[in-house]
Amino acid sequence: MSAQNSVARILKWRKEQPWQLFSSQISVLVRNEVRRNLFTRRRIWIYLLAFIPVLILLAHNIFDRHGTDPSQIENDTLVLAGIVQLYYFRLGIFFACMAIFTWLFRGEVVERTLHYQFLVPVRKEVLVVGKFLAGAIISVLLFETAVLACFYLTYSRFGSAGRAYVFDGPGLGQLGSYLLVTALACVGYGAVFLALSLLFKNPIIPGAMLMGWEAITPIFPAWAQRLSVTFYLKHLCPVSLPIEGPLAIFTIVAEPVSRFVAVFGLLCLAIVVLVLSCFLIHRIEITYTAE
Amino acid sequence: MTPDPRQIVFDNVSKFYGEVLGVNRVSFSLEPGITSLVGPNGSGKTTLMNLLTGLIRPSQGAIYVLGLTPHQPIEFFRQVGYCTQFDSFPPGVNGYDFIYWPLRLHGFGRDQAAKLTNEALERSGMAQVARRKVAGYSKGMRQRVRLAQAIAHHPSVLVLDEPLNGLDPMARAESIALFETIAKQGMHVIISSHILEEVDRISDRVVLMSSGYVVAEGQIREVRREVRDHPMQILVRCSNAARLAAAAFELDHVVEAKILNDGHGVLVRTRDAEQFYLLLNKIVSGGLVEVDAVAPADDDVNSIYQYLIGSDGAPT
Repeated sequence: MSAQNSVARILKWRKEQPWQLFSSQISVLVRNEVRRNLFTRRRIWIYLLAFIPVLILLAHNIFDRHGTDPSQIENDTLVLAGIVQLYYFRLGIFFACMAIFTWLFRGEVVERTLHYQFLVPVRKEVLVVGKFLAGAIISVLLFETAVLACFYLTYSRFGSAGRAYVFDGPGLGQLGSYLLVTALACVGYGAVFLALSLLFKNPIIPGAMLMGWEAITPIFPAWAQRLSVTFYLKHLCPVSLPIEGPLAIFTIVAEPVSRFVAVFGLLCLAIVVLVLSCFLIHRIEITYTAE
Repeated sequence: MTPDPRQIVFDNVSKFYGEVLGVNRVSFSLEPGITSLVGPNGSGKTTLMNLLTGLIRPSQGAIYVLGLTPHQPIEFFRQVGYCTQFDSFPPGVNGYDFIYWPLRLHGFGRDQAAKLTNEALERSGMAQVARRKVAGYSKGMRQRVRLAQAIAHHPSVLVLDEPLNGLDPMARAESIALFETIAKQGMHVIISSHILEEVDRISDRVVLMSSGYVVAEGQIREVRREVRDHPMQILVRCSNAARLAAAAFELDHVVEAKILNDGHGVLVRTRDAEQFYLLLNKIVSGGLVEVDAVAPADDDVNSIYQYLIGSDGAPT
């Protein structure tokens, strides 16, 4: 009976919510945030973070015209995997998400404009979701474009052999996986950094600690490795990188998780952290002088 | 308590920033009309306004605005407009967009939001420069565009933190006329200022603040009555000033009767103005003195403020 009551209450609550207003508010928030964060000169360094590997690959294609031997494809596939896993996941997407998502609220405090968002008839949860979606759109758009460009530059130089690898071989599947993993990385890191910006006045220090954790988790036991975003991203990547160097002797190879668990786990992480952010936003007061 | 849907109610509200006092044990309720919060810088005016609009939370107590609280943002902010003192704007925004996009967040459609934006810009005298970037505006223009944003959605409660700062005399007069028009429509207008003469002219009531405490509140004359123990000054323009001064001195409650330099009047300081007016009537009816004019000389907020807190309310 009580379960029925709870369900009835939830249904009643759902019916009472102005969902149409929420969705129009979210679309306005997303539009404003995307304009504010994407089309601005101050964000040039984020473009650089996203497109540095593209520029390097472009230069490589222009100046190294001899290395187009089809036998090199496997080698270049490993290079691409290294770019995505070692550069994008650990540095590029990490720092760009740190900049984009922490700035969504903290930036407005620094610019003393957050009160405008708090003086409109918008629920704070809607504000969090709207800003998060804007950050996700910006970061996904930038890094998917960058990964797509890297993929194109990696295989286009091989001509027909490259086309065959992409369209008749595993190439297209790998591209799909990279795009999926890139989007998940943006969403996962984004949710975490958004929450950190609401939890700490200076989210850089906890952000640096998170980066350290993500870097050293491979030497921890398997259960601890599961507490990092990189763990799930790595297992979704289509190409595994060989473990080399001095750290290899400390590295513990954890049992891989299924694709479903990895995707579902990362999305759940993002949702849980987003719900936490919805609670944290209610703690924020407009006292700019104290910041 | 059941909040009154017509009033703004502060119920034993305190706000502390760590160990620093913002406001302490504030309780009052406001009817529609123009209410001025008056006090020197740091007296707690902005804290009170930020509490009222939910930008900060009270450490204790409760605030109701027309029966609503900021925890119901959709209903609350449709009723409330707040022009803050923060002179900052979203980067790159122009005057029109600054008003238009918040209206879209209110849920207005494109056409309605555009209509309300243009109307607010007209009312605040900013229509001509609306497409210019706010970063290029003068201080007065920035003040006016913030005011335009606060009134654009036709709120029932308009909260204005030092709204006349930075305005030239013409813009001041226009803004004051706008506040009076809004108040006549039955809305609440709450203004903070340390320019006492301005709020004295336009206010229906005042809330006098000092060091986080409300030291007096009510209609200016009511507040004056609250400080009955302090002598009130009454200026009488008359013939035979010496006779009037002598008669006034015979009354216990008159503490001073000073003949004006030109000899055509007396400045009386009395603890009981009603009794003095009775005496004046007697003298006039006896034909001893011809009175040209009688007026309270200190029945304005500035004088009251000096009595109450020993300060002229000038910014510190």
